Amino acid sequence: MLIPCPICGERDHGEFTYGGDATIERPDIADRDAARWAAYVYDRGNPRGPHSEYWHHVHGCRLWMVVTRDTQTHAVGETRLVGFWAGAETR
Amino acid sequence: MAGYRLPRGGGRIDRSRGIRFSFDGASVGAFAGDTVASALLASGRTLVARSFKYHRPRGVFTAGSEEPNALVTLGAGGNTEPNAKATIVDAAEGLVVRSQNAWPSLGADIGAAGGLLSPFFAAGFYYKTFIGPYRGAWMLYEPFIRRAAGLGRASFEPDRDRYETGHVFCDVLVVGGGPAGLAAALEAADAGARVILCDDNIGVGGALDLEDGIQGQSVADWLFATISALRAFPNFQLLTRTSVYGYYDGNILGAVEQIPAPADAGSRTRQRHWRIQARRVVLATGALERPFVFPGNDTPGVMLGTAGLAYARRYGVAVGREVVVFTNNDSGWTQAAALSRAGIQVRAVVDPRTAVPGRPAAELSEAGAEFLSGHVVTAANGGKALSSVRIEVYDASTGHISGAARDMRCDSLLVSAGWNPLVHLASQAGGPPVYDEQLAAFLPGEPREAWRAVGAMAGTFGADDAAAEGRIAGAAAARELGFELPGKESSGRAAATEGKRRNADNLLPLFEIPAEGKAFVDLQNDVTASDVRLARQEGFESVEHLKRYTTLGMAADQGKTSNLNGLAILAAARKMPVPAVGTTRFRAPYNPISLGALAGRARGGHFQPLRRMPLHDWHVKAGADMMNVGLWQRPRAYLWERETLEHAYVREARAVRQSVGITDVSTLGKIDVQGPDAATFLDRVYTNTFSTLAVGKARYGLMLREDGFLFDDGTTWRLADTRYLMTTTTANAALVMQHLEMLLAIAWPELRVSLASLTDHWAGIAVSGPNSRALLERVVDDIDVSDAALPVLAVRAGQLSGFRVLVARLSFSGERAYEVYCGADYAHAVWERLLASGKDLEVVPYGLEALGTLRIEKGHITGSEIDGRTTVHDVGLDKMFSMKKDFVGKPLALRPALTDPGRKQLVGLKPLDGKAVLNGAHLVAGADPKQPGRSQGHVTSMCYSPAVDGYIALALVERGRARHGETLHAADPLRGGHGAIEIVDPCFFDRDGSRMHG
Repeated sequence: MLIPCPICGERDHGEFTYGGDATIERPDIADRDAARWAAYVYDRGNPRGPHSEYWHHVHGCRLWMVVTRDTQTHAVGETRLVGFWAGAETR
Repeated sequence: MAGYRLPRGGGRIDRSRGIRFSFDGASVGAFAGDTVASALLASGRTLVARSFKYHRPRGVFTAGSEEPNALVTLGAGGNTEPNAKATIVDAAEGLVVRSQNAWPSLGADIGAAGGLLSPFFAAGFYYKTFIGPYRGAWMLYEPFIRRAAGLGRASFEPDRDRYETGHVFCDVLVVGGGPAGLAAALEAADAGARVILCDDNIGVGGALDLEDGIQGQSVADWLFATISALRAFPNFQLLTRTSVYGYYDGNILGAVEQIPAPADAGSRTRQRHWRIQARRVVLATGALERPFVFPGNDTPGVMLGTAGLAYARRYGVAVGREVVVFTNNDSGWTQAAALSRAGIQVRAVVDPRTAVPGRPAAELSEAGAEFLSGHVVTAANGGKALSSVRIEVYDASTGHISGAARDMRCDSLLVSAGWNPLVHLASQAGGPPVYDEQLAAFLPGEPREAWRAVGAMAGTFGADDAAAEGRIAGAAAARELGFELPGKESSGRAAATEGKRRNADNLLPLFEIPAEGKAFVDLQNDVTASDVRLARQEGFESVEHLKRYTTLGMAADQGKTSNLNGLAILAAARKMPVPAVGTTRFRAPYNPISLGALAGRARGGHFQPLRRMPLHDWHVKAGADMMNVGLWQRPRAYLWERETLEHAYVREARAVRQSVGITDVSTLGKIDVQGPDAATFLDRVYTNTFSTLAVGKARYGLMLREDGFLFDDGTTWRLADTRYLMTTTTANAALVMQHLEMLLAIAWPELRVSLASLTDHWAGIAVSGPNSRALLERVVDDIDVSDAALPVLAVRAGQLSGFRVLVARLSFSGERAYEVYCGADYAHAVWERLLASGKDLEVVPYGLEALGTLRIEKGHITGSEIDGRTTVHDVGLDKMFSMKKDFVGKPLALRPALTDPGRKQLVGLKPLDGKAVLNGAHLVAGADPKQPGRSQGHVTSMCYSPAVDGYIALALVERGRARHGETLHAADPLRGGHGAIEIVDPCFFDRDGSRMHG
């Protein structure tokens, strides 16, 4: 499976580490509600079809990105950077 | 005696080069180019194997990799290869070939007696038989049954051959070098695309040599012209002896290339694994002939029709002197006529149809063959070799078998019941295959990757049609990628509209001839037609259940000649059409592949990368016993002459507590954390506070996972207002780095923090012991290491013998201690300076075991206690859990289950019998090993302690902190330990911690 890193170009998925579900929102650090944190840590849907997830390009630019991957066909769609360098790919 | 060598013919053999090999100790003559099977047939041998379950005599069935019967063991010692298919093994001078699964000999096999017990060994027998007379009795029978069944035996010696790995990229990959594949490759290469053609045979051509001509030329002329044209293209690569076994996502395919053995077979490169990344794929894998299922169909001498012709055309071998052909389609007749032309006597052709194809019939009758149309073979007779067949009248409209049976003498029966397109790769990378009523077989389904199917695998039989289809596909694949020859465009498109002509050879679908006697569906796993019906009767109706319950299709041949027949019998039993039953899921590999090929060079020392500490060479030269810790190699202890490991580490630990020792701690993770928000960041990441840490001080910190469990521990030093150096455990260095990077990218992108990994850039040396300050004083240039200037937990930068260093007063051992960090390139110099300057202090280097002993004596936790199931509260470090700030993992760490007082808590253990407490042992109440009672905890670390002169251990025990003084037993039934222990405080030495202050 090839992932198009916005900085490094198309690379084999072996260069990346899977970083988790990108469709769920992380509670704020000041949020003390255990139920909301438990949902964030444990609860996952198992959708069939295009899915947003984080990947970390550990053997490349080491940046984090959101990747759209079809969970059924593994077809990879859009990727975009997150964090400090978000948007850098379009400059 | 059935087979013999024909006086002429054999396209693959060189009659001027005779060779000899051995089969079960007997010498067999062959020609260069023969396979083991063709040579055995030529020598008149019919019996070559014994079947898996029933030890039935078996002979060669096919001429290719779909062979279910003729499995042999090659070679000896570490080069042993069991279950090799004799039909694809090249005969070589001096090759040692042995039959399998027969004792004492192939001809007189005791295991055959098991055939008498066959009713007890029907499908799923281990659920129904051998169950009594008492519980667990199966284990009495199992060893005998297991020994009796089987195929080849593997060697236990290491495989000294080499296996290579290759990665290739191409525009168009063509799988299959028959007429369709060759035409596709030529067209795509001509258009300028980078083309790779793979074929699992020794040479290309596929089944062309069984045809009589193609596109108006002789087969030989067409092949020569096509191959010469292909070889002229620099953008064309041919991989023969290469089997493409899997088709994966993103048009990635796996293939294994067999490398022929050199004359002097010492250790050699045996196979090459190819990972192929293609942009387009043309599948031209062809089709296999299928047999009929009828009683005695496994008798040696019964063979596929194509095999009979292949042995004649390719190897100049006649498979019998009196051949009977049994077929339900025109191609069976064509094959019979070709056989006759090669000089082989065809006695009769048996065909359930009433109409016979004119031309081959005329040819055959001229040669004296008898035609029995409207008849079927209802039995093949003969034990170790076919002697006759039983033929009866068959009514195609009713399926009724009637009339007087007729026995015809023959020594070879060639069966030809239709063609099965090889849809495996297409189905791995596409939807399920689609049934074609005319062919009574499955064709490729919808593609999920970028492939197109051509030739026989797509139902286009006949060399001319296959080549035409291949040409169109090759051009289309190339065109899609932008490769095109001007002028060719229109002709390609025009031919495409002609539509596919499916030539079904007037097939009359017929899978099974129902009659009395054992009729085999899967020859290799000894699965009979009645097994299939039995499975259905017992409720295993779905095709996936049928497969697993009967093991049909699960042998090394993967059911290539049996799957469809099994399906059809199941469909008939369920009174459903075949497509409604469906096929089992197609999975890679298409053919069995060796683990060696997958491992490639990643074996032994090359299995994973090796990380060496900066002082690695020094450790080794000093006699250190090195051990693998993850990818690192670390010194366990420096062994003096005649010292055991235990002697060494006890000596080292004692020396540290008595005077001074130095140890290499370079593998600890080191992360530079900088930025205006660095302090805030660390406060959120650790359980305790780091924003309050003064510049020039260090603090021990605990990190939690998001779910509230302990993740890692380490010390973090404040080097400036906005700069910290974080240390982590060796094992978690990379994980902590990822964790921090994730938090900055996803959770708190607004924080202005920069991270840099320094683990490999800086070395760390711990200097520990009452004389550590004295030693350090001698080597530092400008750092004041007095207690006033460098109190416990202080950090100073400066020079040590000319090298820039950071010195922190930290103690993992509980003694007065310092950690010296310098650039990794200078570690050696700093280390040598310390050793040289400390000679009179008797400074010793100490390793991992002594390091561990010192910390166990103090009850300090490491990864042994931070095992992912423990919390801050469990290890007794509650005071580090800040209730005044928010940090990662806090809300879930406060869940009732994680703070329950009944949880396992860190304690120390003292063995009451003076013996070593086994690491990992479980703590139980019962003194009797047979009645231990339930586990109340487990041992996490243990050592011999010089400080208390005895063995000690750390453990996690339920409500441990409230149970000091209690006696329990450390139970380890696997290693046979069951000793009494007393629960004590985890700190065994220097309770008040005064030694750290010196």
